[in-house]
Amino acid sequence: MNEELFISGRDNLNIDPVLHIWHWQIPVYLFLGGLAAGLLFFASLYTIQNKDKEYRTAVKIAPFLAPFALILGLIALFLDLKHKLFFWQLYTTIRLESPMSWGAWTLMIITPLSMIWAASYIKEIFPNWDWKFKWLIQFDKWVVKNRKVFAWLNIYYAIILGVYTGILLSAFNARPLWNTSLLGPLFLVSGLSTGAATIMWMSKDQAERKMFSKIDLILIGIELFFIVHLFMGFLASSQVQIEAANLFLGGEYTAMFWIFVVGIGLIIPAVLETLELLGKHIPVFVPATLILIGGLVFRFIMVDAGQVTRYLY
Amino acid sequence: MRYAMAIDTRKCVGCSDCVVACQTENNVPIGYCRDWIVETVAGTYPNVEIELRSERCNHCDNSPCVRCCPTGASHYEEGGIVTVHHNECIGCGACIQSCPYDARYSHPEGYVDKCTFCLHRVEKGQKPACVSVCPTKCMYFGDLDDPNSEVSVVMRNRNHKVLAPEAGTKPHIFYLT
Ligand code: SF4
Ligand code: SF4
Repeated sequence: MNEELFISGRDNLNIDPVLHIWHWQIPVYLFLGGLAAGLLFFASLYTIQNKDKEYRTAVKIAPFLAPFALILGLIALFLDLKHKLFFWQLYTTIRLESPMSWGAWTLMIITPLSMIWAASYIKEIFPNWDWKFKWLIQFDKWVVKNRKVFAWLNIYYAIILGVYTGILLSAFNARPLWNTSLLGPLFLVSGLSTGAATIMWMSKDQAERKMFSKIDLILIGIELFFIVHLFMGFLASSQVQIEAANLFLGGEYTAMFWIFVVGIGLIIPAVLETLELLGKHIPVFVPATLILIGGLVFRFIMVDAGQVTRYLY
Repeated sequence: MRYAMAIDTRKCVGCSDCVVACQTENNVPIGYCRDWIVETVAGTYPNVEIELRSERCNHCDNSPCVRCCPTGASHYEEGGIVTVHHNECIGCGACIQSCPYDARYSHPEGYVDKCTFCLHRVEKGQKPACVSVCPTKCMYFGDLDDPNSEVSVVMRNRNHKVLAPEAGTKPHIFYLT
């Protein structure tokens, strides 16, 4: 047997023995970003399709969560920064090569967009609401009149945001687990499904719930398909990526991933939603919470496991 | 001009003088290092081969750390040296994730730090601290574009390799084998 043993004299904090420079903040940031992207995507989609009456929760109510999710996400990102007083440097330049940079800018645009979206429905939900200032009243009117334009802007940035949560990781060639172009679409779909689950949970309307149940089922199917492809791709790739896949196929993340992400986060909710569609009564919060937990755990595992995978020792 | 370093794995004895010299020269905080020694043992006893390497940032040509930096804090200096402007660094850690050699670390003050090829010495025509202190003289530093520099000469005459070439970073620390 040909053994190779590495002994390194390096012992830098958070770098050795395994890299652990990103903690809970980044997965939380990615989760909240994906959730907001999902909420805004469906709100805009049904506005563009003129279905805002049928899907009232999706278009008018659930988007209220988006600005909160985005702001909490930004706070999580800020907490991750280790040279916090210099955070403004992020907004002195745009570097297209750096996902961190264009992602931060995307958030800078979509956060106010999501606030405008939610604010423009306040009057509809609370008819006695008064914007007090004249310019606010006028602005509100202007937004309502140009709703479609805002819907297009929102859907565009929601997709960028959703994909970005994956690309932030996949752009790192040095971490073989992340280095696959599937991560962008996978995180987008996962974000959309957490958004759909939230809308389903919040909705009081049977038809709307049913629709989002179906959407969730489709999204879960796509996610499973991507996950299988992810591992197929890794296993057919270079040694470092085979090792990355093996972390999930017998290695230390196997139980966590297959039980929490695939089992509890995807398959069980899919079964419950199928039963619901077949007429059995399942409390809606059960599949919805499971999907949300699955989405969060998925991001924690990906961020954590990715840092374990590497080229050298 | 393209600075590079060639390190003779057959002369290195793993004494860690380069590590200490760097820590002293660059005020590296206690417990951290910008360069370090790696020992690999390959084969089965008694047919084993040992390699000793002094490692550090590779000052890559295609540096993922420069590419992923959102603020431009990580950048190229004259001669391809990769350094970090501490006052532009937000400590996001992206560059740490991006380096296949894990050559960067988060300085206790918050910014990211790493080997600078002792830019402040090189600018004055001196050699990096690690190179000048090595008791076995196993390190060669200089300009690869100059065919007569000591690094060019030694690389012409010896076999050499780089670490993790498959990562595509075009590293500029060469190991003479
Ligand atoms: S070795 Fe790492 S830190 Fe140095 S230039 Fe290459 S990628 Fe950047
Ligand atoms: S930690 Fe600093 S140098 Fe590294 S990518 Fe972030 S801002 Fe750039």
